[in-house]
Amino acid sequence: MYLDHTSAVPVDERVVGFASRYLIHDFGNPSSLHSVGLEAKRGLEDARGKVKELINAESPATIIFTGSATESNNLAIRGTALRNKKAGTKVVSSAIEHISVLNPMKELQKRGYTYDVVPVSAEGFVDIDVLAETVTRDTVVTSINYANDEIGTIERIREISRIVHENGQYLHVNATAAAGRIPVDVQKDGIDLLTLSSNDMYGPRGAAALYVREGVKVQTLLPGGGQERGLRSGTENIFAIAGMGEAAAIAGQEMASEGPRLRKIADAYLREILTIEDAHLTGPPAGRLPGHLSFRFDRIEGESILLNLDTAFGIQVTTGSACSSRTLEPSHVLLAIGLKHEEAHGSMIMMPGRSNTLEEIPYVVDAVRKTVERLRLITAM
Amino acid sequence: MEDVPQIGYSKKVMDHFMNPRNVGSIENPDGVGRVGNPVCGDLMEVSIRVEDGIITDVKFKTFGCGSAIATASMVTELATGKTLEEADRITRQDVADELEGLPPRKMHCSNLAADALHKAIEDYRERHAETAE
Repeated sequence: MYLDHTSAVPVDERVVGFASRYLIHDFGNPSSLHSVGLEAKRGLEDARGKVKELINAESPATIIFTGSATESNNLAIRGTALRNKKAGTKVVSSAIEHISVLNPMKELQKRGYTYDVVPVSAEGFVDIDVLAETVTRDTVVTSINYANDEIGTIERIREISRIVHENGQYLHVNATAAAGRIPVDVQKDGIDLLTLSSNDMYGPRGAAALYVREGVKVQTLLPGGGQERGLRSGTENIFAIAGMGEAAAIAGQEMASEGPRLRKIADAYLREILTIEDAHLTGPPAGRLPGHLSFRFDRIEGESILLNLDTAFGIQVTTGSACSSRTLEPSHVLLAIGLKHEEAHGSMIMMPGRSNTLEEIPYVVDAVRKTVERLRLITAM
Repeated sequence: MEDVPQIGYSKKVMDHFMNPRNVGSIENPDGVGRVGNPVCGDLMEVSIRVEDGIITDVKFKTFGCGSAIATASMVTELATGKTLEEADRITRQDVADELEGLPPRKMHCSNLAADALHKAIEDYRERHAETAE
């Protein structure tokens, strides 16, 4: 029973059905002028149009395809900061951004940029007052996530946009967790640069996009043949891109029904799991990403929870515990919302997706309860 | 076959994690060792019963990850029936070897079981020295 859609999402079979012809039949190079190349080019532009629709961008030309959300975030942050250096050398992000936002920021810091981090509330909302004080005229890029995939918080992007544009210059929004799950409208939201990825929307890995509002100047990080308006050279991964387009179209069509369905599942889980002794929700109690669930359990550790659920019950979840991270540090997101190290240790994140149902909830809740009880018998806390 | 880096935990680690031996605390123990720190990761407690210089019972409690639980379980098996001198010579490496290896990054942070055992023996000796005086 797969409940780890924040870590990985399967490709929708409809997406595979749609895009597989770009592996075998319409495999051409979109730069070629012959018919096979033109067919690939048509697939590329079709995908661009579908991604444009999903986020209501002003034109397809604003959509730049890249290879991953990490690459889009790098292009947005480093590419924009370096290109607009004369306009300012300050960059800002919230404390709960993805590592692929934090590290490009730190990279700029090494090159002499000033990097300021804005704190968040205990529920993960960006501190608007501190943001207003931090963003100044020479703040060239401010990067805030649309929604956080560890604690489910959906940021107040319109208010953030207003503040960033009152004082600073460009707002980059990492919408990797949000796009395809909740409505994102770059024009109404006031977003200059927006990252979204294929594989978080049931599309294949190897494709992502960066929305670059018309008029925003960005420097490429990958000089070469000049594909994607010169911003991302390299022969286009037409299968993954076509798949991303179709995934975006499906997500857009089904959001209005799938969102409430996932919210209903999450609400039922929430009610049940919070009846377990010393179980706590992390992130906001309402207005979360549809389906997103994040908990912590006192006195036990998340990697143990993950292993026990997988081995004994065939249920896959994830954790922000230090023990399961490469660096052996607890999740920076959990620390940023004010948890102590030992509290962050007990983290468990569950994210149901298209394959999950209301019917499986009793089995999963019982498994979580038994897992927590077993580990509490062992604990030394 | 070339050496393939170990992915995840060995079967033996998973066995000790899923079916840990000797969980709990000994009532009126002869020695107790508590190591680690919840802030940096794991917290482990080992209690021992000693009769005629031989460890006759060992129990553990652990707040920690899969390998922390497995190493503690394994150390209780290794120490049971050993003399204090033999048990004192059990190293972290011995525990890891008996578990058919641990992922490299887990070798230090969650391999505290031997330390907890040594502390329990130290505690026993201190208590014993007091009664001998």
